[in-house]
Amino acid sequence: MRARERERVGSSTLDPTRETTARSSAADGTHGVERQPGQMNATRLDEDFTSSVHVYEPHRNGLPRLRPYFKALWQRRPFAIEMSRASIRADNVNTFFGQIWLVLNPLLLACVYFLLLMIIRGRNNSFDENVVRFVHLCACLFVFHIFFAGCLRQGASSVVGGGKLLLNMSFPRLLLPLAEVRTAFFKFLPTLALFFVILLGFGRPLHWEAIMAPAFLLMLGLFGAGMAMIFATMQVYFRDIGNFLTYMIRMWLYLSPILWYPEMASDGLERIGIPPQVLHVNPLYSMLGGWSDLLVRGQIPAAEWWIAGTVWSIVAFVAGAVFFMSREREFAVRL
Amino acid sequence: MTTNSTSTADPAVSVENVSVSYRTTFEKVPTFRSAVRRLGRGQRVVHLVEALREVSFEVNHGTSIGIIGANGAGKSTLMRAIAGILPPSEGRIEVHGRVSTLLALGVGFNRKLSGRENVVLGGLAAGMTREELNERYEEIADFAELGEFIDMPMQTYSSGMSARLAFSVAVHLNPDILLIDEALSTGDAKFKQKAARKMREVAENAGTMFLVSHAMRSVKRLCNEALWLHKGQLMMQGDPTEVIAAYTKFLEVGEDAFSLEDM
Ligand SMILES: Nc1ncnc2c1ncn2[C@@H]1O[C@H](COP(=O)(O)OP(=O)(O)OP(=O)(O)O)[C@@H](O)[C@H]1O
Ligand SMILES: [Mg+2]
Repeated sequence: MRARERERVGSSTLDPTRETTARSSAADGTHGVERQPGQMNATRLDEDFTSSVHVYEPHRNGLPRLRPYFKALWQRRPFAIEMSRASIRADNVNTFFGQIWLVLNPLLLACVYFLLLMIIRGRNNSFDENVVRFVHLCACLFVFHIFFAGCLRQGASSVVGGGKLLLNMSFPRLLLPLAEVRTAFFKFLPTLALFFVILLGFGRPLHWEAIMAPAFLLMLGLFGAGMAMIFATMQVYFRDIGNFLTYMIRMWLYLSPILWYPEMASDGLERIGIPPQVLHVNPLYSMLGGWSDLLVRGQIPAAEWWIAGTVWSIVAFVAGAVFFMSREREFAVRL
Repeated sequence: MTTNSTSTADPAVSVENVSVSYRTTFEKVPTFRSAVRRLGRGQRVVHLVEALREVSFEVNHGTSIGIIGANGAGKSTLMRAIAGILPPSEGRIEVHGRVSTLLALGVGFNRKLSGRENVVLGGLAAGMTREELNERYEEIADFAELGEFIDMPMQTYSSGMSARLAFSVAVHLNPDILLIDEALSTGDAKFKQKAARKMREVAENAGTMFLVSHAMRSVKRLCNEALWLHKGQLMMQGDPTEVIAAYTKFLEVGEDAFSLEDM
């Protein structure tokens, strides 16, 4: 009964088990029927979506089979929702002041940046122009700082922070960064309310075009999710990516139309003979610009902005998901 | 019981020539900074640990199988490979049925969240629905016997307390295949007895159970098959009494020495 004998037994049983997955899942199905109903509770859900047969084979940096993966992902979405809820709850434990801080923090930040703008640009503008500038700043800063940067920062640490859960449970890992995208979105919602308070408080009109703004928010969300997946993967290999990310977010803030208006950059470029379309190299140029144009000015952005934003967000989302999924089997070993 | 009719054609778990290796570097934590520094000095040393080597076996539905072996033999690695957490580097693993894992201590728990939140998260991650969880939550909490600690952050738990909660979640998921890896070693005597009773119940309900343990007596009591791993290789599979006898002989220690630290 030593190793040699076991090997012989192993190889003799090798052929009958090397049946196709379809056949063995059918066999398992009949097996399941024979069992008492009480036992089936746990598997019923799985069988609705995927077969209860799991085959694990080496796949080096390859993608998992996509259909079962996305089915499992869809099926486990309550987990992502609960994960995100738990982290929101953990974040504002002392509920009332926690909520206040969620709103106060971005407001103070907006004030700091506005002060900076006043110092740099001078105060020779009219009051009305300053109001528009402040409202534009709030529109873009809140969505950038709370939503987009939140996706990046929390998404990046989602996998490494998953720790024991990753080591001891098997589930589609993509749920972790996606849960953080949801968290960032729900943290952003109160600041969106704050934005409308500011908008109306300064007597600015609410344009009907604002109903199109969610399209740009969606683009930003997809783009942020893609970035979250990429940085979550990178953090497994480079634990200090968070330090680097801080600078990146700061630079991205300055390079995006938050502290300035989109047309300032395009006019400047046109004057020196460079086509302003170059600005779409920065995905946030169209996304934030379109968001603010619709909300603050009630202008419908040009077609190229819609196209640039859509293309960027889809490319980032797909690339991020592919990168993440091709690496996720390695996470358990690397943590 | 359907084990006999399906045993040969349709095992619960079949492992074919599976090897698992870990690639490790001597860096404690991989960082971007050290990667940049390394650029100047050339290649880093990658150490390949072969945790499992060409392991093949089959386990039928309804079997409770004990896995024994020395520290570092690859027992935990095997459990992770069967649970689908670690991909095999060679070979193929086929698992029929839903797996519930109870691997090592601490299990899948976020220590900042309360016991209750962790139970919900663990259940959802394992693919339970919310209704199932609501139905079974009380049962899980009762079995763990944590009292009001269930609503405290898990940072405040002792290791035995988190082990109890973990065990309770794992057995109440109604798994087809239950994987238990030394999760009971810190439970107190009373809980161990209760857990042993529960495990026998799972085993009797035609569930398949893998039990990794250094306690030979519990393997003998709870398992009807045993598997001995040594340095990543399968040494023997068979009747628990025989396998344990061979293992202890191999260690050149009498069985008495093991009964001391039983379970
Ligand atoms: N994350 C890891 N990175 C690198 N090597 C690892 C890792 N985890 C385990 N190993 C190696 O794999 C081998 C098997 O480890 P494993 O944890 O499976 O042993 P075990 O049988 O569970 O031991 P124990 O009885 O102590 O729990 C060991 O040689 C160990 O050094
Ligand atoms: Mg172990």
